[in-house]
Formats: sequence, C-alpha cells, structure tokens
Amino acid sequence: MEILYFIVALAIVIFSVLTVTTRKILRSATFLLFTLFAAAIIYFMMDYEFLGGVQIAVYAGGIVVLFVFAILLTSQPGKNSEKLENHRRYWGLIAAVATAGVTGWALVSRCLDLCGGKPEMSQLDMHTLGAHMLSTDHGGMLLPFEAISVLLLACIIGAVVVARKR
Amino acid sequence: MEQLFPILILCLPLLGFLVLGLLGPKMSHKLAGWTGVINMGITMVLAYTVALTFFLGESTITEPIFNYKWLEFYDKLVISIGFLLDPISALLLIVITTISFFVHLYSIGYMHGEKGFQRYYAFLQLFTFSMLGLVVATNIFQMYIFWELVGASSYLLIGFYYTRPSAVSASKKAFIVTRFADLGFLLGILILSYFTGTFNFTDLNNGNLVATQFGGATFMGCSLLTWALVLVFMGGMGKSAMLPLHIWLPDAMEGPTPVSALIHAATMVVAGVYLVARLFPLYLMEEAALMIITVVGAITALYAAIVACTQVDIKRVLAFSTISQIAFMMVSLGVARPEHHEALGYMASMFHLFTHALFKALLFLGAGALIHAVHSNDYTAMGGLRKYMPITHITFLIGCLAIAGIPPFSGFFSKDEILAACYANSPFWGVWMSVVAGLTAFYMFRLYYRIFWWNEPDYGHHKPHESGWVMTLPLILLAAASCVVGFIPFGEYVHFMPEPYHIHIDPVVAVSSVLIAVIAIALATVMYRKENSLPDKFAKASCGLWKAAYNRFYWDELYMFITHKIIFNGVCRPIAWFDRHIIDGTMDGLAWVAQRLSITIRPLQSGSVQAYVYVYLIGALLLGTITAVCIL
Amino acid sequence: MEIKLLCYLIPSLVMFCCGVYGFLTRKNMIAMLISLELMLNAVDINFAVINRYLFPGSLEGMFFTLFAIAIAAAETALAIAIIINLYRVTKNVNVKDVNKLKG
Repeated sequence: MEILYFIVALAIVIFSVLTVTTRKILRSATFLLFTLFAAAIIYFMMDYEFLGGVQIAVYAGGIVVLFVFAILLTSQPGKNSEKLENHRRYWGLIAAVATAGVTGWALVSRCLDLCGGKPEMSQLDMHTLGAHMLSTDHGGMLLPFEAISVLLLACIIGAVVVARKR
Repeated sequence: MEQLFPILILCLPLLGFLVLGLLGPKMSHKLAGWTGVINMGITMVLAYTVALTFFLGESTITEPIFNYKWLEFYDKLVISIGFLLDPISALLLIVITTISFFVHLYSIGYMHGEKGFQRYYAFLQLFTFSMLGLVVATNIFQMYIFWELVGASSYLLIGFYYTRPSAVSASKKAFIVTRFADLGFLLGILILSYFTGTFNFTDLNNGNLVATQFGGATFMGCSLLTWALVLVFMGGMGKSAMLPLHIWLPDAMEGPTPVSALIHAATMVVAGVYLVARLFPLYLMEEAALMIITVVGAITALYAAIVACTQVDIKRVLAFSTISQIAFMMVSLGVARPEHHEALGYMASMFHLFTHALFKALLFLGAGALIHAVHSNDYTAMGGLRKYMPITHITFLIGCLAIAGIPPFSGFFSKDEILAACYANSPFWGVWMSVVAGLTAFYMFRLYYRIFWWNEPDYGHHKPHESGWVMTLPLILLAAASCVVGFIPFGEYVHFMPEPYHIHIDPVVAVSSVLIAVIAIALATVMYRKENSLPDKFAKASCGLWKAAYNRFYWDELYMFITHKIIFNGVCRPIAWFDRHIIDGTMDGLAWVAQRLSITIRPLQSGSVQAYVYVYLIGALLLGTITAVCIL
Repeated sequence: MEIKLLCYLIPSLVMFCCGVYGFLTRKNMIAMLISLELMLNAVDINFAVINRYLFPGSLEGMFFTLFAIAIAAAETALAIAIIINLYRVTKNVNVKDVNKLKG
C-alpha cells in the first residue's frame, strides 16, 4: 500500500509540474491525462471505486478527448509555443509559491496533529450510493442532483448555441 | 330639482370646456361655436330660474344649497365645495351667464375664421365655469381655488393670439401681477382661518365669533384682523386692478375684444368687489380696513379717469374706464356704514356692479364691432362712423349715456346711489367722486365723438359696414337692458340690513350729478364734435399733465425700473451668481473629482483575465493569512 | 508506515499550485483551461480524502467530488465551445487578444 502511495504521489507531483511547464500543448494534455489517472488511483485507494470509475470515464475519456480535439482544431501539433517572458514566469512562480506557502503553512499547523491512519469503512456498494443520491433524507443528494441535471442541460444548449456556425 | 339646477349650472360649462377642448379640433368652426352658444344658453336659462326663484320666492335662506366635504384633514381643517345662494351670488349668476351668453353669441361673428376658434370657445367655457364657481363659493378656500382658475383662464384668453409677442407678454403680465396679489389673499385666508378655525363664509361673517377668536391679537400696531382683511383686499386689488396693481388690465386688451368684454370689463375684474362684499360684515368690524378700501378706490377712480381722457386706443380708454368704475364700487363699499342709510353703499356697489356689467359689456362689444369694421384699435383711424354703422352708433351712444349717468339710463341710478352713499359718509368723498363722475362723462363722450363724429378719415375702397346679426343682436339686447334695468327696485332684493331698502332718489345729489355730467358732455361736444385745434391747445396748456396722463403717469416705467434695475440687478444677479458658481461649482467639482478618479482607476480593468486572477489571488491569500493568524 | 491524511493533502497542494502557476503564465487559452482542470482535481482529491479520513460514516465529500466532476465536464465543454468560436474570429487562441471587455 505504501509503495503504491509513493508512486501515485510522485506521479501527481511530476506530471502536474510537467503539465504546466511543457511547451508543446498536446503533451500538456497528455500529462494532464496521467495526473487524472493518478487522482483516480487515489480514489480507488480511498475505497471510492465508483468515484474512481467516474473520474476515468468522464475526465480521461471525455474531457481530455475534448481537449485534444480542441487543440488539433486550433493549433499545429508539434509546434512549440512561444517562450515565456521571464517576468511573466517569475510572477507566476511567486504567486504559486505564495499560495503554496500560505496554504501549506495552514495545512501543516492544523493537520499535523491529525495522526492516525485510514479508519475502517463499510463496503460501499452501488445500491447504497444510488439510494443516497436519490434520497431526500439527511445526507440525501436529490436536490443537487436535480440542480446539476438542469445545469448540464443548460450547458449542452449553451455549447450548441455558442459553437454553432453562423 | 332644488339641487339639480345649481349643480347643472356649474357642470354644464365644465362639460362644455371638456367637450370643446378635447373634441374641438375634430369639430368644424360652426359646430364648435354653436355648441358653446347653446350650452351657455341653457346655463343662462337655468341660472335665471334659480336666481329668480330665489329673489321672487321670498326666501331668506343663506345656508348653502349643498355643501360637499371635499378634503377633510382633521376636524378643524375641512375644505368643502358647495353652492351658496344668497342675494349677491344670485345677482352675479345672472350677470355672468347673461354676459357670457352674449359674448359667446357675438364671438361667432367676431372670431369668424380665426385660427383656434374651438380653443377660444373651450377657454370661454372654462372661464364661465370658474367664475360661476367663484361666486357661489360657500367658503373662502373654494373661492380661492376658483379665483386662481379665473386667473388661469384669463391668462389663456389674453394670450389667445400666442404668436403675437405683445399678447404673450400681456398675458404673462396679467398672470404675474394678479398672482403677486393673490399671495396677499392667501396670507389673509391663512390668518383668518388660523384664528377662526373655519373657511365658511357663514361662520366668518358672524361678527361675535370672529371677535372672540381673534381676541385683540395685534401685529405691528394694527390688529391682526385688520391685517387679514387688508391682505384679503390685496387679492381683490389685484383682480380688480386697483392702484398700484392695475397695470395688467390695460395690457390685457391684447386679447380678443369679446374676451375683454366678458372678463376684463363685466365679470372677472369685479371679483375683487365681490370678495369685499362677501366678507362685508367682517370688514365692518375694522374701520381701518374700510378706510384703506375707500382711499385706494378713490385714488384709483380719479387716476384712471384722468388717464382715460388722454388715451388713443379705444380699448384702452374703455379699460381705464373699467378701472375707474370698479373703483367706484370699491369706494361705495368702503363708505358703507349701517348707520348711514342702512349701509346704502353696499347695495349701491352691487347695483353698480350689475348695471356696469351690462353697459360696459355693451361698450366693449360695440368697440369690437368698430375694430372689426376698420381693423384698427386707434380712434385716429375712425371718425364719422355714424353714417356707416347706425346700430353700433345708437347702442354705443346708449352705453355712453348710461356710464355718464344721464337719466333714465341704468348708470344714473346706480351711480346716484353711490354718490349718495359717499355724501352720507363724508362730503369730501362725495365731492371727489362727483368730480370723477364728471370726468367719466367727459372721456366717454370724447371717445364717442372721436369715433362717430369728428372728421371722416380716408377709408379708401373698403368702406366700414355694419356687422352681421350675431354681433348686432347682443348689442341691441344689451342696449335695451341698459335702458330699463335702472328701474328695477334693486334695494328690495339686494340689501345689507335684514329689511329691504327702498331706493329713493336724493334730489340734491341727483340734480347736481346730472348737471355735472351734462356740463362734461357739453365740454366734450365743444372740443370733439368737429375737427378743431382745441384739444391740442388744451394739451399744450396743461403743462405736462396731459403728457403724463397719456403715459399713464409712468406707472409701467416705475414697475420696469423697480423690477429690472433694482430687483434684477440687486437681488437676482447675486443669487444667480451664487447658484452658478457656488452651488453648481460644488456639484461640478464633485463630478470632476469622480471623473478624474474613474480615469485613474480605469486601467485596472484591463480585459486580461490573468491580471484579474492576480488581484483575486492577492486578496484570497491576504484573507487566508488573516484567518490563519487569527485562528492559530 | 502509516499513511496519514497530510500525505494525501501535500501532493494535492502541489497539484493546485501547479494549476495556479499554469493559469497565470500560459497564453494559450486551452493551456489555461488545462491548468484550471488541475486545480479542480486537486480540490476533488481533498474532498474525497478528507471525507474518507475524518467522516468515514457519511458520503457528502464523495458526492461533492462526483458533482464537481460533472460540473467540470460541463464547464470544459462550454469553455472549449467559446474558445473555438473565438478562434474563428481571431485565428488564434491567445488570451491577449481577448480583451475587448476592458474599460
């Protein structure tokens, strides 16, 4: 388990950094795909198999493919993007490090004492999941579910309207 | 029936105004005109029915026929709209509807083919409505409302030829001057109602009530009641063109001549007299107020009579004559005392109001016919017209005889009563008013001879001719009325004291006044019957008096000086400067600061998403740091 | 060795900061969108992990992640539609050219 964790953590860090530093946009998308896979593995490690499945199906299968299409539509693959100006890179780095500093400081100071491993959890089968999602009891998710279904509909229509050829 | 007719009397002209005002442009001239005439005819018949029922029915009610509580603020401040029928309002109902009907009829001919014919009739109806509302008012506040309405309709009618700059400025002048006077009226109303807690005439005219309510309150040496009454009289001065607020009336002659006959001779301008008469029991309580009325009236009468002797424009002569005659009524009210002949002056004033309305409307309508015939207001363009316009000539002569006070025409009787009242009060006023009466006869016959005799100017191919029947019929009827109304036993119907007053001619006063009038007429005959140089010589010999009178004693110039030189330069200009530089400057400064600020911070909205994210990130990190520091 | 909660949160923090860096520095709008996805995923991981470690009895964090994935999918689809549309106008996907909303 620890070995798997180290591999995943390392993959997340390395591929994230690569995603934002590579100058070829198609490679960037590919590294994103790897990062997403790593995230999916974390979900599996958390015993959320369904979530991991959704992550792979939607992100890896849907969104990344969408990205690839868009990239192929708008730029020549293989061509390097122009080099970043130095001040731009430094400002970005400062911002990222500052974020990491503030958040990390808060995280370490708050969560360091939260030791203890992963607690036990009962097996999460699809039936429980579905019942939860469509229940109106405490912890039930029917309302967000419906709201998101409307949102998705709006997005579909919006995307069609925006992308339609005039 | 009892209540229907009075309501109809008020509603019909209002309805006529609405119909003609809203649908007028869709109607033909003929339809609109006759609608107005017939509407007014019906109103006149109703008014006669109501008034005659009242006079002949031996009824002594002075309670309002109906009184609708219109605005009820709290138990002490209630404003009603009602219909008060008493001798003077019944009299005014007759006068207004009669003159208005004749003017409506006459205007069909006079205004024939004018642009805005329907508008003219709509305004006439509006005016009649407001004037009727004024005279039947049950309380002083209703009177004030209609008072302003007649002012507004007078403004509209004076400015009827709104493309003519002189008419526009005349209408503005009339409106502003009377509005200025109405300020006094309003203050008077407020003082009166503040102390008495009522607007009703019935309560106001109850002397004991008012005396106890005021309780001897004084302000600047005079009792508050005097102040209130003088302020109310100031409103009357404005409407009735008393000195020094008379300046609007001569200019108001810019309006169509029938309008002058209706508004500026017969009805609206006597509203001031009516107001004083309405509150007469109250005025009787304050000797000082009556004294002011007498003095103002007497000076105005003399002033207007002198000016009338020198004017060239026939309508202006008649306008000054009107001012003078209204001043007669005012003086008559001012000298009336219950101990002298049972307040004869009150009756005389109302009697003169009645007769004057008829013969002055006659004179104005006659003047309108003349102007219509020769297309000029100046008598220098007239002369020898007796051959061309016989009906106008005879009727105008009757009007002149009536106003000059020659028996048996109506003016003789009423003026005789006024002079008798003056003599009864004090010989000084009696002699004064007799002199004015003589001047009246002189200037009227000067006008008459200059128009109908003198020397015939070159009329060219377009000879003047008599107008159509719609114009001559009112003249004939009014002339006939001027001949006979003097014999009405007026004192039986309109009297101040509870018991009727029996008119009796005082031989000394009557003979002397007729004698003075005859002498004045004879003088006018000598001077103006045939063209001669006597008037010029007379003008030269009067060492400037003639010129001063011709320029109306420079009242307009004085007003111009005060308003333009003193008020505009001394008061308005600094205020305008303050407004422009201090108040506007502050606002401009604020706007300038806001503008500079917005220009300065505008580059922040660069349109670049990443710049926004930087800003957001800085804020988020700051908040995060603060939260973390506070919690830890 | 026991894997603590913090051990999962640190990589996700690194992922998030990479997203911030990428979003701020890249000029290509699609690359910016990719960075956005990174940030979103970091948050998703946090939701799931914290739910699993601190509140094993309930499922809210898991569901939030689920919904966030759905919303992210919708958002990406819409954003890409807009980008392609802009591309038709400006013939490139540089964010510098999309500043018509400036004051």
